[in-house]
Amino acid sequence: MSDVVEKTLTALPSLLSLDSQPGSGKLSSTSKLGNLIRGITELTSKHEEEKLIQRELSSIKEQVASPNTSMRQMKELMVRAIYCEMLGYEASFSYIHAIKLAQQGTVLEKRVGYLAVSLFLNESHELLLLLVNTVLKDLQSTNLIEVCMALTVVSQMFPKDMIPAILPLVEEKLTHPKEIIRRKAVLALYKFYLIAPNQVQHIHNKFRKALCDKDPGVMTASLHIYLQMIKENPEGYKDLTASFVTILKQVVGGKLPMDFNYHSVPAPWLQIQLLRILSLLGKDDQSTSEMMYEVLDESLRRAEMNHNITYAILYECVKSIYTIHPKAELLEKAAKCIGNFVLSPKINLKYLGLKALTYVVQQDANLALQHQLTIIECLDHSDLVIKRETLELLFRITNAQNVTVIVEKMLEFLRLSKDDYTTIDLVGKVAELWFIETMNTVFSLGGDMMQPDIPNSFLRLLSEGFDSTEEDRQLRLFAVDSYVSLLQGEPGRLPQRFLQVISWVLGEYSHLREGLEPATTLRLLAKLLDMKHTSSETKSWVLLAMSKLCEGPDCVSLAQELSERHGGSLDTVLRQRVQELRHLSEDAELRASVLPRDAAQEPLEVDSSLSFLDGFVSEALSAGAAPYKPPHQRQEELAQAKALSLEPYGLSLPISMSSCSLADRQSPTLLSMSSGLSGNSTDLSHKGGSTTLKLDGVKRVWGKDGYLAQKEPVEESAQVEVPSPLCSPSRQGGADSTHSQTPTPTPTPEPEKEKQQLASSLFVGLGSQSSVCLMGKSEQTPQRFRRKAKGQGSSSGASEQISNSHYSTQSTVDNLLCNNLLDSTVTSDLAVSTPEQTPQLSQEVATTNGTCDAEQDLIEETDPGNSPSLIRANSTVTADPPAHKDPDRPKDSCLSSHLPAELAGLSHSEIIPLCSSQNLDLSACHVQKEDALLLVIFIENSSDSDIEQIGGGEKPQCVGVPVFPDGEEASGSRGAGWDGVLPAAFWGISSHAVLLQTSINQFHQVHCFLPSDLLLSMALLTQSMLVSCFCLTSLLFLCLGRPLCVSTEEYGTLWLAFSQDTKQNLALLNDGQDPLTATLDVLKNKLQLHVVDIIGAEGIVACRLLQGQPCLMHCRVHAGSLAVWLRSPVPDLPDCLLYHCQRALQEH
Amino acid sequence: MIKAILIFNNHGKPRLIRFYQYFAEDLQQQIIRETFHLVSKRDDNVCNFLEGGSLIGGSDYKLIYRHYATLYFVFCVDSSESELGILDLIQVFVETLDKCFENVCELDLIFHMDKVHYILQEVVMGGMVLETNMNEIVAQVELQNRMEKSEGGLSAAPARAVSAVKNMNLPEIPRNINIGDINIKVPSLSPF
Repeated sequence: MSDVVEKTLTALPSLLSLDSQPGSGKLSSTSKLGNLIRGITELTSKHEEEKLIQRELSSIKEQVASPNTSMRQMKELMVRAIYCEMLGYEASFSYIHAIKLAQQGTVLEKRVGYLAVSLFLNESHELLLLLVNTVLKDLQSTNLIEVCMALTVVSQMFPKDMIPAILPLVEEKLTHPKEIIRRKAVLALYKFYLIAPNQVQHIHNKFRKALCDKDPGVMTASLHIYLQMIKENPEGYKDLTASFVTILKQVVGGKLPMDFNYHSVPAPWLQIQLLRILSLLGKDDQSTSEMMYEVLDESLRRAEMNHNITYAILYECVKSIYTIHPKAELLEKAAKCIGNFVLSPKINLKYLGLKALTYVVQQDANLALQHQLTIIECLDHSDLVIKRETLELLFRITNAQNVTVIVEKMLEFLRLSKDDYTTIDLVGKVAELWFIETMNTVFSLGGDMMQPDIPNSFLRLLSEGFDSTEEDRQLRLFAVDSYVSLLQGEPGRLPQRFLQVISWVLGEYSHLREGLEPATTLRLLAKLLDMKHTSSETKSWVLLAMSKLCEGPDCVSLAQELSERHGGSLDTVLRQRVQELRHLSEDAELRASVLPRDAAQEPLEVDSSLSFLDGFVSEALSAGAAPYKPPHQRQEELAQAKALSLEPYGLSLPISMSSCSLADRQSPTLLSMSSGLSGNSTDLSHKGGSTTLKLDGVKRVWGKDGYLAQKEPVEESAQVEVPSPLCSPSRQGGADSTHSQTPTPTPTPEPEKEKQQLASSLFVGLGSQSSVCLMGKSEQTPQRFRRKAKGQGSSSGASEQISNSHYSTQSTVDNLLCNNLLDSTVTSDLAVSTPEQTPQLSQEVATTNGTCDAEQDLIEETDPGNSPSLIRANSTVTADPPAHKDPDRPKDSCLSSHLPAELAGLSHSEIIPLCSSQNLDLSACHVQKEDALLLVIFIENSSDSDIEQIGGGEKPQCVGVPVFPDGEEASGSRGAGWDGVLPAAFWGISSHAVLLQTSINQFHQVHCFLPSDLLLSMALLTQSMLVSCFCLTSLLFLCLGRPLCVSTEEYGTLWLAFSQDTKQNLALLNDGQDPLTATLDVLKNKLQLHVVDIIGAEGIVACRLLQGQPCLMHCRVHAGSLAVWLRSPVPDLPDCLLYHCQRALQEH
Repeated sequence: MIKAILIFNNHGKPRLIRFYQYFAEDLQQQIIRETFHLVSKRDDNVCNFLEGGSLIGGSDYKLIYRHYATLYFVFCVDSSESELGILDLIQVFVETLDKCFENVCELDLIFHMDKVHYILQEVVMGGMVLETNMNEIVAQVELQNRMEKSEGGLSAAPARAVSAVKNMNLPEIPRNINIGDINIKVPSLSPF
């Protein structure tokens, strides 16, 4: 290769002579390119390649410039130049020669020339002008190939300004006898339409002619144009719908020549194009859509699943069906089709299936539910593209309940993915979803305590936005949506600052949401003004937002009304704002100039010298006003006048304040110090000692950094409430499907279960209310579920708050049974009708109630002994075990002997008789397990009659009673779950009922839910009796408190994390040698506390609620008593604990 | 609309580059590199669609590709194209190449880059799908070839050129490959 240059220089004459010998000439030229390629192949480094190509290029350059180079040689050179360009080396010197070649060469050379031109140049390249004449000439040529080449190059790139020059010629070609020419002409015109739509406006009729061309190829080409034009203006082409439908019908019906078949599918690409056009035409247009139902159905039917390309058609079909005005029958078929896609083992189809789901899911969320398990699988698919598509799908179904899980998944994916594009895209989405949601939480929780710069920077972020405008728009839209819905809810609870943020955002961006009338927003905002708690600062924010928004007559009247109402406000700022609002609402122009839209990020010019007031000031001065004096000057004058200094008073207060606030948020040690400083204490020295002592152990850890890890998993506790597709119409079917999901009878494999859990957390909140839960409660991973903050709607309230298990595993049968029982209509026939289901039922009940194994065992154990269940008892009408009639002590022991073996060893409370009626006695006790508190209810048949009668006789009175004075939100809706428990609890005198297990996490929740749960379970008897029985709430701590084992260091961080303080002095026990240790031991034993550490005269103790919030206690021996200081995230907890401490010590 | 058609081998060496939208020269090279980077790390058993290289356009664009033995055929398209449709278009294109070159291989693409371009011009014109019927495409190409022959044998028969090239002293001997669905044996070259 090194001799190329030399060779070309010396061999020019011989090259010329070679021209006369075509064969060898071809060979030599080929080998030149071949040499080049081979040379490149042999190279090892990029650097060498560069050198070689540069050499090659200079050789080419030399040759193309030489006047002796023939056109044919030029052609060969041009191919080499193209090759070099492809590798990324510029050969700009050859551009002009390429044009020359296209101009002057024979057809073959022209072809190379055109090719080189179209590869080298772009639409705006100046050399292109030189080509216009050539193109003109070739368009008029009689040689078909020349015309084709010209049309090709025109459609590839043509200077916009030059289009008029050739347009008539191209138009002329639409009537050319050769179809290939017509086809290319149509595409060339399409290209013109894209570049300069105005210039081809006059030939729309000719497009129609092309559409009706007898050659299907030309017609196909014209569809490109129509697709584009219809996309831009669907209204303008509705009249063509019938034509498109006819065409598609013919194509689908196989009316085209066989030539157009591809793998025996008639013209698939044409079909795809037509389907796209139809979907554009039928969108939001019922009458147009009706025209195409038939043909869509036909295509769906005809597309047999045999080849890739039929799937392409099906996919388009499905998309069309979901785009146009819906028709139930078609939708059903399309949904089935999507199912086929999603479930297909072919990964390309799976991808498209997910895409289709993503498209469809906004209209029909249930479809996603049907495929939730597949979706979950796709989430873990090895192919990142599939994964990403799945996330996209999840993104569409995000709602308030699953946002956390989805964002978590997205972040997980982000961690894996290194691809920039994906990252940018996803980050945007995460931000959109998560950011606003989180900030909402931050605002509503942080409330008014927050530093003002947090909302400020949030707003700045929102207004400045990120890099892409589309993302910004989305983010703002999302914010607007979420705020509007917040305001529609109960804005009264929101903190002032949050309200300010909301009103700013709405004022600024609510116009982004189409369909949101400004008047609606205004009314929402006006509501804020009328609220009692709204501060005047917030009010002025609100008014400002309103002045940005008011537009249209509605708003003017509203503004009038407001100005009347608030115009008399005492607050001058408010009054001013109201006035502004009124003026601006009346004068749109003024408003536009004062408050331009989207101007938030434009810098405001602030004239700090207030120079614009100069005129006013000088006028006022000349009118005799006193000149302005700065405050300090005034102060001085005042001081001189009165000769009295107020300064000393100013200082003293802040000092004491600061010491207090310092102490407030510090560790107990520091408090001891500062309280010492404040001067009340008598034994300063002692305290100093204790301080230093303490510092040894704790100082480093009780720093400033907060430690929250302990808290989080606790708060995010279990919740499953998943509508599922398993709500099958047949009862038996429902039972079966659920049956298979209940862990007990056929334990689902672990990964499967995880998937289901994931599914439940992802698809929560989708679909209709009536659906039944898919998920079985599984103990192992309760944290995966989310507890909904508020009950939602009718069905959920109850089930959520009771341990999740109830609804979750309950089968339709179960529900049905229970409901019937509750309705108290007939139990027997139902029971008779389902005897074979009974064992399963009781099993299920067992699982539902007893999340702990003990419970299952319990039932299993009792089963053989006693008569198995109520239902069995009913159907067989056998008497149940004799009743225990003695009302007093013996009964207790009697009953306690009925405690299941697993629970027998555990400490249980006294068995309290709850209530009794003629026939039934109820008693209860609670049993403390390590991880749960079980409430065992003894239900006793005290009459001689059998249970059936009792069931029939008692229940009617109790239906509809389940109301608890405090637990309104829990009442009414809760039912089936608990009632489902009861039948199983009727083993004569048997025990049953579990209450609080691991999912109970917060004390106050326990506070309000426990009693009402109980009540409901007790709804068989009257309400008043129960209320009296369950005033246990204050005792709750005794049942629910568990030691919290933390190290001293963890204790330190926890301590700093909590702010609720309670302080009190307790009596100190003096019987032991070390009063502190003795006292703490007593407390530890009685109240299940954990003594973390005892240092000198101070001790730290920790406990928590069962699976719930911690409470920390710090004790110090001080002047014969024990000064305790408690902290906990739950306000009531310290008080409660204190109360029990006092009692424990008294009792001791 | 099709934005670009890229053909490169397993090592990322470009074999045919056709942009239907203007990109500056260095940006083109960057796109090729990025596309190769994206495509080459994907297994053969994952899906043939890839969303958005950052260079050639955002979320609206996707890469649809097929991998034949040593070559990647990548079409970069916007949302107005059907994914599976393009996938089959690639197949049509390759089958056409196979017909025109009689057992196409990577070498054919290298040495007859211009011819490959002409064939492509009959399939895709200015970014729009022009013809999907293989016979029609072949007919058009033949028409041009006939004209080539009629130009007085100035350039010799393609067969001769191919044999000349194939007998070149190349590092490895070509081997046959399988074009997916249609089971046509296609000789192919080892990478360059």
